[in-house]
Amino acid sequence: MANTVVGANPDPHASGDPNRRDFIHIATLAAAAGAVGGLAWPLIDQMNPAGDTLALASIEFDLSKVEPGQQVVVKWRGKPLFVRHRTPEQIAAAIKDDNSGGLKDPQTDEARHKPGKAEWLILVGTCTHLGCVPTVGGGEYGGWFCPCHGSTYDTSGRIRSGPAPKNLEVPTYAFLSDTKIKVG
Amino acid sequence: MAGPSTYEPKSGFERWLDTRLPIVRFGYDTIVSFPTPKNLNYWWTFGGILALMLGIQIVTGIVLAMHYAPHVDLAFDSIQRIKRDVNYGWLIQGLHATGASMFFLAVYIHMFRGLYYGSYKAPREVLWLLGCVIYLLMIATAFFGYVLPWGQMSFHGAVVITNLIGSIPVIGPHITTLLWGGFALDNPTLNRFFSLHYLLPFVIAGVVALHIWALHVPGNGNPKGIEVKSKDDTVPFHPYYTVKDSFAISVFLLMYGAFVFYAPDALGDAANYIKANPLVTPQHIVPEWYLLPFYAILRAVPDKLMGVIAMFGAIGTLFVLPWLDTSKVRSMRYRPAMRLWFLIFVLDCIILGFCGARAPDDAVIAGLAGPQFLDANLNSFVWLSRIASLYYFVYFWVITPVMGLTETPLPIPEGISEPVLSHPAVTPAGAVSSPEKRG
Amino acid sequence: MLRKAIAFAALGLALVAVPAAASTEGYKHREVEWSFTGPFGKFDTAQLQRGYKVYREVCSACHSMSQLYFRNLGQKGGPFYDPEYKNPNDNPYVKALAADIQVPDIDGETGDAIQRAAGTADKFPRPFPNEAAARASNGGALPPDLSVIAKAREGGPDYIYSLLTGYAPTPAGLKVGTGQHYNAYMAGDLTAAWSGDPHHVPKGGFIAMAPPLKNGLVTFDDKSPSTLEQQAKDVSAFLAWAADPKATERKQFGLGAMIYLFLFSILLWFSYKRVWKGVAH
Repeated sequence: MANTVVGANPDPHASGDPNRRDFIHIATLAAAAGAVGGLAWPLIDQMNPAGDTLALASIEFDLSKVEPGQQVVVKWRGKPLFVRHRTPEQIAAAIKDDNSGGLKDPQTDEARHKPGKAEWLILVGTCTHLGCVPTVGGGEYGGWFCPCHGSTYDTSGRIRSGPAPKNLEVPTYAFLSDTKIKVG
Repeated sequence: MAGPSTYEPKSGFERWLDTRLPIVRFGYDTIVSFPTPKNLNYWWTFGGILALMLGIQIVTGIVLAMHYAPHVDLAFDSIQRIKRDVNYGWLIQGLHATGASMFFLAVYIHMFRGLYYGSYKAPREVLWLLGCVIYLLMIATAFFGYVLPWGQMSFHGAVVITNLIGSIPVIGPHITTLLWGGFALDNPTLNRFFSLHYLLPFVIAGVVALHIWALHVPGNGNPKGIEVKSKDDTVPFHPYYTVKDSFAISVFLLMYGAFVFYAPDALGDAANYIKANPLVTPQHIVPEWYLLPFYAILRAVPDKLMGVIAMFGAIGTLFVLPWLDTSKVRSMRYRPAMRLWFLIFVLDCIILGFCGARAPDDAVIAGLAGPQFLDANLNSFVWLSRIASLYYFVYFWVITPVMGLTETPLPIPEGISEPVLSHPAVTPAGAVSSPEKRG
Repeated sequence: MLRKAIAFAALGLALVAVPAAASTEGYKHREVEWSFTGPFGKFDTAQLQRGYKVYREVCSACHSMSQLYFRNLGQKGGPFYDPEYKNPNDNPYVKALAADIQVPDIDGETGDAIQRAAGTADKFPRPFPNEAAARASNGGALPPDLSVIAKAREGGPDYIYSLLTGYAPTPAGLKVGTGQHYNAYMAGDLTAAWSGDPHHVPKGGFIAMAPPLKNGLVTFDDKSPSTLEQQAKDVSAFLAWAADPKATERKQFGLGAMIYLFLFSILLWFSYKRVWKGVAH
C-alpha cells in the first residue's frame, strides 16, 4: 500500500508516521526490549550472594564453653552474633519487665529464647537503629548499650530507651544437642 | 554535508532545554536525521557492531571487576569463583572473554572495509587516524586483559611482550623494569595492568566519540566512493540504518552466542587454565588469534630489535596510509588491478596469522624436505612468514603508491542515485566522469 | 582440536593454531563418545558418581582439587544433585560424603592445628600441605591440581582417558629411569632415552605417575563392572564436570538465547525490508 511505501526521497519525519508503526515494528521493538531486559537480569543478579557466600550462611557453635553471665561474640554472615549465657537474676529481670508497659517493641522474654533454654540468648549483635555493635552489660537495664546513639537494651535484648526502633533480632537457629546450636 | 539542523523542539520543555543545552538536538542530528548515503552495504554495519561490542566489554568488565582479585595468589582462583559461584558469572565472564575476540573480528572487517573502499582518503584522513589510535588502544587493552587471569599463557605471554620493550637500546631495560615494578613480572605488574585494563576502555570510548565526530563532518563514504551530491542520495540514519545495523548486529550476536554458549574455550588456549608458574614456560607460546599476524612479523626477523621495529612498523604503516595512496579513486570497485593486490593482501594477513600460530621450524608442507636457504629450511614457517611479512610492507609502501600512478581505473558512476543499470560493468560511456573531475 | 576447527570455520578466519605432530607430542588421544559433548549433551549422573568415587579412593591420595567444595557435589548438574534439596548445603547425602573426609582446621580455643570432619562449605582437602611436600612424596614430580585439568589439556577428557589407559608396554630399546613410566599419550621427547633406530623414536613420554588404575580397584555402588577402562572413563567424565560444572546450565540458557536471537533476527529482517521498501539503492 502506498502509505507503507517509503519514497526515494523520504522526509526525515516519516519515521514518526503512525502508518509505519505497524505490527512488525512493534513486535521488533518489543523483542528488543525483551532482550535488553533479559540481559539486565544476569547483570543485576551477579551482585546477589554467590554460591560460596551462601554456603557459609549457617554456622554451628558449641555452647559448653560459655560461662553463666558471659557473652561470646562470633561472626555470622559477616556480622557479630551474641551468644549470652544468662544468670537466673538476669532472666528474672527480663521476665519481670514482660508486662511493664514501657516496651517500645512489646515482646515477652519467653518469645525470645528456645523453650526450656531461657539461659541461652542468641542475638544478632547489631543495633536496630543504624547497625552499630552494642556493648554488653551497659545501660541501666544491664543488657546492652549502643555507644553510637545511646540505645539501651535489657537482658532480653529488648529496646528500652534511645532511638533504636526494635528489639535486637533473634536469628533463626536450632539446638542440635544440649550444647550445640546451628545458626542460619 | 551534515547541513543545518532539522530538529524542531516539540514540547515546551524541549524548547526550554534546547536554548540552554541542545543535547536533544545533538542526539537528533547525530543518530536520527543524519543524512547517510543510501547505498551502504553490509560491510558498513560493522561500525555499529563495534560500538555495541565496546559497550558489552565495558559493562561486563565493570561487573567482573566487582569479583576479580588482582593479586597473584588470588587472580586465577577468583576467576574460577566467578565461573562457578557468582550468579551468572559463567555468562558474564564468557561474554567478556569471547567478546574480546568478537571485538577484534569486527574491527578487522571494519578496517579491511576501509582499505577496500578507500575510506582513509581525503577528506577522511583524520577519521582514519583516529581509527588507528582506537585499534592501538584495543591491542593494549586486550594485552593487559589477557594477563589478568594469571594463567600460564597470561604470564609468559606478558613476559615475552614486556621483554620486547627491553630491546630498545639504552633505555629499554629501564622501561621494562618500570613496567614490571620489580625484577620480573609479578604482583605489582598484575596490579597496574588491572588498573590500566580498567582505564583504557574509557579512553577508547573517548576516541570513538572523536571518531564519530570526524565521521559526521564529511559524512559517510560509500561503496561507490563518490561524494553525495543531493538529498536524493541520502536517507536519514533513523530508521533506515538503525534497522539495518540492528539486523546485522543481531546476526553477529548469533555467532557471538554460538561461541559463548557452545565453545567458550575454543578461542582460548588450554595452557591458560594452568595457574601461572614463573619457573616453567608452556611448550608453545602463542598470543590470542587476533595478534598472531604481528607475532609472525616479529618472529620473521632474525634480529630482536629489528623484529620489534618491524612489528610496530606494521601497525605504524597504517597511520601513514592516507599519504601513501596516490590514487584519486576511492573505491576498489573501479580499480580491478588494485583489487587483486588487495585480495592477496587479505590472504597474506591470514597466512601471517597461520605462521604466528606455528612453531617457526615446522614444515609448511608436511613431509617435504625443502632446501636449506640462509639460516632456515625453505619449507618452514620462518620463510613463509618472511615472504608474507615482506608482502605486507610491499603492499603499503610500493604497490599502493605505484598502482595509483600507473593503473587505469574503470569508469566511475556519476552519482549514487543512478539506477542499478549503471553498475560500472554496464555503465554507458556518457554517464561517467573522470576521477580528476571529481577531485 | 575438533572443537577448535569448528570454531574457526565459524569465524571464517582460518587462523587456527593446530600444532603439527612434532616429536615432542604423544600419540593423538583416543576419542570417546561422551554423554556431555555437543550442544545438547548432559553429564551422566551415575557416571559422575562413579567418577567421584574413583577420584576420592584413588586420585585424591596425590592430586588436589582446590577449586571444588563438597557442596558442589550436590549442586544442580552435580553428581549427587537431589531436586528435593535445591540448596546443596542441606543435601544429607552430600553432608555424609563430606563428613567422611577429615579437613585441617584450627581449634578456636587452643589455636592448635586439628583435623575435623568436613562440612559442605569446605573445599576438598589437599593431600599434601605444600608443594615441597607433594614433590618429596612423588619422586620430585608435582601431581597437578585436577580442578580444571580437563580444560588445561588439549583434548580434555579424551586426553585424560587416553593417558590413564595409555600405559603401553615399554618399547624395547627405551631406557626408563627410576620412578618413571612410559606412557604413549604423554607429551615428551624420548630421543635421548632411545637406543633403537634414530628415525623411529617412539611417540609418547615419561610420566612419574605409576599406572593408577587397575581392574577391580574401586567397587562401584551401582554394580557397574569395575574395569580399568570403566574407571578411566568415569573419572575423566567427573573431571570434565569439575572443570566446567555450569556446562549444562550454559547450554540450556544458550539454547533459549539463540532461539530468541534467531527469531529477533527474522523480525528485524522483515522490519528492515519494510522500512527500505521503495528506496532504490
